[in-house]
Amino acid sequence: MSLIEVENLWKTYDMGHEQVNALRGVDMKIEKGEYVAIMGPSGSGKSTLMNLIGCLDTPSKGTYRLNNQAVADLNDDELARIRNKEIGFVFQTFNLLPRATALHNVELPLIYNGTSRELRRESAERAMQIVGLGDRMTHRPNELSGGQRQRVAVARALVNNPSILLADEPTGNLDTSTGMEIMGLLADLHRSGNTLIVVTHEYDIAKFADRIIFLRDGQIEKEEYKQAG
Amino acid sequence: MISTVEIKDGILLALDSIRSNKLRAGLTILGVLIGVASVIGMASIISGLDKMVMNEIESMGSNVLYVTKFPPDVDYDKLTEEERNRKPIDFEAVQAIIDFCPSITAVAPRNYYAPPGGNVVKYKGNQANRPGMFGTLPDYVKVENRNVGRGRFFNEFDMERRAMVCVIGSDVAKALFPHEDPVEKQIRVNSRQFRVIGVMEEKEPFLGESDNNFVILPYATYEKLIPWEKELFLQASAASPQTMDQAKDEITSVLRRIRGVPYHKPDNFAIWTQDNIKDAVNNITQYIYIAMIVISSVGLMVGGVGVMNIMLVSVTERTREIGIRKAIGAKKLNILIQFLTEATTLACSGGVLGIFAGILLAFLSKLIFSMPFTVSILWMVLGFSVSVLVGLVAGIYPAYKAARVDPIISLRYE
Ligand SMILES: Nc1ncnc2c1ncn2[C@@H]1O[C@H](COP(=O)(O)OP(=O)(O)OP(=O)(O)O)[C@@H](O)[C@H]1O
Ligand SMILES: [Mg+2]
Repeated sequence: MSLIEVENLWKTYDMGHEQVNALRGVDMKIEKGEYVAIMGPSGSGKSTLMNLIGCLDTPSKGTYRLNNQAVADLNDDELARIRNKEIGFVFQTFNLLPRATALHNVELPLIYNGTSRELRRESAERAMQIVGLGDRMTHRPNELSGGQRQRVAVARALVNNPSILLADEPTGNLDTSTGMEIMGLLADLHRSGNTLIVVTHEYDIAKFADRIIFLRDGQIEKEEYKQAG
Repeated sequence: MISTVEIKDGILLALDSIRSNKLRAGLTILGVLIGVASVIGMASIISGLDKMVMNEIESMGSNVLYVTKFPPDVDYDKLTEEERNRKPIDFEAVQAIIDFCPSITAVAPRNYYAPPGGNVVKYKGNQANRPGMFGTLPDYVKVENRNVGRGRFFNEFDMERRAMVCVIGSDVAKALFPHEDPVEKQIRVNSRQFRVIGVMEEKEPFLGESDNNFVILPYATYEKLIPWEKELFLQASAASPQTMDQAKDEITSVLRRIRGVPYHKPDNFAIWTQDNIKDAVNNITQYIYIAMIVISSVGLMVGGVGVMNIMLVSVTERTREIGIRKAIGAKKLNILIQFLTEATTLACSGGVLGIFAGILLAFLSKLIFSMPFTVSILWMVLGFSVSVLVGLVAGIYPAYKAARVDPIISLRYE
């Protein structure tokens, strides 16, 4: 049994006058501890697929099993709980709360699952250490560089020890070298046991992954496995 | 599962958005402020008024009946033919009540004299500030429940002799005798010589008016000097509250007889008691209550609409934030609570300021009307709870909207 099992997944957006099929029957399996990159042209459905995997959205057709649990059977609150516990999101635009300190941003997922104050502080500080921002806890996002903001976002994603880290173009708003640093950080997290799925445009970034899934027009075009070694 | 951190977060966020939108937030909470301030302020004015009136009534002596030509709430613009021609209440009525009303234990008329320009009362170089002057009977102290501070009040003996003596109020004593004992001094009242035999005890001012500036003459002396001044204010006291009705009946039948009222006609005089004064005051407080309810509900309504508006704007401005929160695991309830907390904080800050404004109002009314200063905790708690309620009611729709934000949509668009 795989961590993620997707079967014939469809996502159709009803635009009133026309139907947009963002995903047209995607089948895939991702194992625990795997590092997968998703590539494809703009509009091919990469973000849509990530949102479905991250339980931010529900499919129009098909099944998605996470940890052998059919997501379609879950209600809003249960989905929220899964997003909180099992998923760590990293977005292209960082998506931090602008008025909260870095530490508070990292603590937020723990607040929503009722972690005690001491444990929350401790875990958030540890996550900040892991991403190398131990000395930036009380800074607000606008007092941090883009790379540092993305590190805060990574810390927030991993603070709950989720089963999967999902990163949708995490380097899209960063320059190449900063982007590489973030990818290195994510790779470190993968090495220490996290399952990692990264959406990217750039083959240079995708090639770090164990496997690259190519999407086109809402379907899997091909998959590429890293050569052993 | 809602944690206290979320509530604290909501409060901090609310205070933050108040800080960053001072004008908008200020205008919004002004309504709540006015609403709560008017509740606190008016309530304290009412209770101060009540207290003051009760003190005054108590100090007026107990079981007192007042007899006048017209009832206290008469409208002088709408007098009937009969009322315009009414005979004044005069000493004949006083005598008749003394002679024929066994339930009455004491009678004290007050016959005032005021020449044009006021009464001139002098001692050596000092002059009193145009004091009131009236003649009354020795029972005056009993009926009005006032004591002589120094010296004595006049008695039957002074009455018989029509003695040229007087008792003065404490204001007159202060004006004429800054450094001397007034008792046994000769003063001039409207250029006649009187011997001061007593000074009345000072009385607390009522509604900012002091009642200590007067000269009292024995009725017989007054009558001799000013025989043309007939109309008087008649006060009589009954032995106990139980005999008040009996006393009233007796006075009614005696006065009807001497004033020649035919049996099928209504009384051509009015008898009233402190209860009538209480009723009159209650009437006034009722108006204040109504004003309070109107002002505060308009204020709270405006405040509520303002809070709702500012929260709806806030939800729109912060859809992205809501999306982020949902993406990292906030449930609908979490978002709902967050925005409710924010709305409530907004309204409550108006409420808290309103409480202070209300206390200020109460304090000002103490300064201006010299009312007792009463701010009850109960009303403050009520004011605060009302502002919480306004926040909850005004916040529920925006919070519901926030909770329903679709994270996908809100994260998708910048
Ligand atoms: N909420 C939505 N409503 C309507 N159409 C949508 C919605 N979200 C996505 N789509 C459409 O679905 C298709 C896939 O979009 P998606 O964002 O998944 O592409 P993507 O591969 O992530 O593109 P990019 O590389 O530009 O981020 C697009 O045609 C897009 O217009
Ligand atoms: Mg995308």
